Amino acid sequence: MFDHGGVARAEGLAHDPVTGERAAGGSPAPAPRGGTGAAGLAELAGRVRPTDLARDLRLPVLPALEPLLPGAGLRRGTTVAVAARPGVTGATSLALALAAGASRAGSWVAAVGLGSLGLVAADELGLSLERLVVVADPGRERGGWASVVAALVDGFDVVLVAAGGRLRAPDARRLVARVRERGSVLLAVGGDLPGERSPLRLAVTSSSWQGLGDGWGHLRGRRVAVAVEGRGEAARGRRAELWLPGPDGTVAPVEPVADPIPLRPPGGAAARPAPAEGAGEAG
Amino acid sequence: MAEVTRTLVVWCADWPVVAAGVPLEVPAAVFHANRVVATSPAARAEGVERHMRRRDAQARCPELVVLAHDPAGEARAFEPVVAALEAVTPRVEITHPGACAFPTRGPSRYHGGDEALAERTAAVVAEVLGGRGFVRVGVADGRFAATLAARHRSGNPAVARHPAAWRGRGREAGGSVATTVVPPGGSPAFLAPLPVRELAEPGGPAGPELVDVLERLGVRTLGDLAALPLAEVVGRFGAEGRAAHRLASGLDERLPATAPPPDDLTLAAEIDPPAERVEAAAFVARGLADELQRRLADRGSACTRLVVGAETEHGETHERVWRTEGTFTPLAIAERVRWQLDGWLHAGAHRPTRALARLWLAPDEIVPAGGRQLAFSAGGPGAVDPVEVGERVARSLARVQGLLGVEAVRVPEWRGGRGPAERVGLVPVATTDVTEPRPAARRDHVRAPWPGVVPDPAPATVHDPPLPAEVLDAAGRPVRVGGRGEVSAPPATVALGGPGAGPAAGARRVEVVAWAGPWPYDERWWDPGRHRRRARLQVATAEGAAHLLAVEGGRWWVEATYD
Repeated sequence: MFDHGGVARAEGLAHDPVTGERAAGGSPAPAPRGGTGAAGLAELAGRVRPTDLARDLRLPVLPALEPLLPGAGLRRGTTVAVAARPGVTGATSLALALAAGASRAGSWVAAVGLGSLGLVAADELGLSLERLVVVADPGRERGGWASVVAALVDGFDVVLVAAGGRLRAPDARRLVARVRERGSVLLAVGGDLPGERSPLRLAVTSSSWQGLGDGWGHLRGRRVAVAVEGRGEAARGRRAELWLPGPDGTVAPVEPVADPIPLRPPGGAAARPAPAEGAGEAG
Repeated sequence: MAEVTRTLVVWCADWPVVAAGVPLEVPAAVFHANRVVATSPAARAEGVERHMRRRDAQARCPELVVLAHDPAGEARAFEPVVAALEAVTPRVEITHPGACAFPTRGPSRYHGGDEALAERTAAVVAEVLGGRGFVRVGVADGRFAATLAARHRSGNPAVARHPAAWRGRGREAGGSVATTVVPPGGSPAFLAPLPVRELAEPGGPAGPELVDVLERLGVRTLGDLAALPLAEVVGRFGAEGRAAHRLASGLDERLPATAPPPDDLTLAAEIDPPAERVEAAAFVARGLADELQRRLADRGSACTRLVVGAETEHGETHERVWRTEGTFTPLAIAERVRWQLDGWLHAGAHRPTRALARLWLAPDEIVPAGGRQLAFSAGGPGAVDPVEVGERVARSLARVQGLLGVEAVRVPEWRGGRGPAERVGLVPVATTDVTEPRPAARRDHVRAPWPGVVPDPAPATVHDPPLPAEVLDAAGRPVRVGGRGEVSAPPATVALGGPGAGPAAGARRVEVVAWAGPWPYDERWWDPGRHRRRARLQVATAEGAAHLLAVEGGRWWVEATYD
């Protein structure tokens, strides 16, 4: 449930969650054993000190994305690859949605090398534009990319970087190490960084827009299927269907039981839904 | 007055400007978050003042040299000054880059009196600076009085009005050095005529709020404040008021600690592998600082003076005493370590010959926590402090701006418009303050409705510039949009050009399965030069992708992709 992964603050985790559980469990805390004077006080201080829980080591994500991620959040210090299967679109929206939860919770987000990022879409997917910084063009030199991303990793909780940018494999390796050290999250948009295999990889496997007819309507919502794979805690693959975004503009899970045509109430044609605007639309 | 430490303060005037290497006769100002934090005398003569916005400052002085606030650079430039002062006394405390202090008791006896010590100190510092800035030295009972003695030149009329109480001697050598010695016991009289606003100077003990209230109550000078009964001041203003009252009365801010801090607060860490770079050492320091904060918090204490030491693989050591007017936060400690090591690594002849192997932090003065805790985040060590986060972001942005230029780092701002590219624009982050809320980045910033706005959801990729495209009907003829806003035939296929590639050969042709539009735009019809007639079309392709197309003058473009 908690995580020892190379974050400096993880120190002390080994005992803190235990005391936390004791307190939460309501079991009577054992009296300080013979602790008198300074030793007893020190033990008491350790007991009442705020604990570093596993959730502090993960950045929150939107509720709809929680089931997709181990620990229901983005683990600090990791690199996450966000891509789409060939011929499928949706990687950019998925990356924005992944960053949205942390952004809402107060984290700053930087986008590097994503010159054509749709900022209105970023806002709609839940990112706070107040805490977004865009470095559209990190320069022509190859080393420049690495220095820019490294500098941003120091200050930002989430950094979105174009995976197809001018990064070389040695730079990417150093960046991944730096991200681990600083405890931020690097989202590689478009796939793994060169030469790296991210411990967590999300891919849009199918995407279908709804709401558009034959000369009428407008785009309303999109259903995507997302596959998650990775190493370690993410070794067990996960899949989910999502609205990205849904007709109401939010990112939401597609209910597995939801049927586009609800069961018709006996004898009543009145409850028949209006022809869905996306009816003619195929995935 | 046994409870007051007689102190010498060295103050290098306009240090941020001097450290940047700009001659003081050039009008220059140092900006942090778009506000002036320091000026050169030439800029002040033009009317540029602290806290001024950049725009206003440049309006007053168009030839103003604009410098970025660089605490690390200022600290690095200050390191030779501190190193030279170690020849005068071993106990130099750095308050902030540009100012340091030490108790005079021992050195004064050695050098033959306060005046001789002050002159010797000033001469040492002036030699290091080599005429690049003004050195002011003040000696008085108490650090606060000594600081003001250093800052106020001997010609200050407020001081001159009390010649009987204050026998200070100002000396000028070539205009670049000034020393002021307030005789023992003379601090209260020296302070009395000075304005209470001095308490709110940077690094001062009181916030501007306290000073504002005092001024509105008619307490205008430090003498007025000192004349008030202490109990009343504490009753009204609490711990902050107590500290201010003590200072105004010529006392130290708090009683000197009688016992040194316990040894178990001294923390050391081996750096393995030894750090060649300051960043690596600063990261270790941050861990140490967090641990120190935890231990101090456990005993309800906070640190106000701290010894930072480092040792190389060759056993070379470097120690500095840092002092702060508030209490040290882990972030502030890590910053001091970074400054100090940066200065050491650039120290010329005294620079270390091998990598850093060991680092230690030793609190030199601890005080009961509370009252003055400036940034002890309420949620415990792991909690997010928005101000701290904003400053961290600002520092990292400053580095990126240094790499790419100021224009390359941008933040979004809502604007009016119909298309996805028009509704949010990007402005250089240098024109904003990231530590403060930015209403322009909130969606409700644009209130006026924009009829004909492209309906939500917005596309996640907005092509800049738009990609050329070709839209054909079922018979393979180009689709046109007529003057009445109707298509010549339903689009059947669309060819999407890559960046730079024309719509002709090589472009991918995909089948259109659904479409909507056209939505015509007749924009700025009143302005012949900027008049545009366009139409937009949403298409969904057989691959499951969706695009926003625009046609203008018979040519199609992919304006955005619903990626």
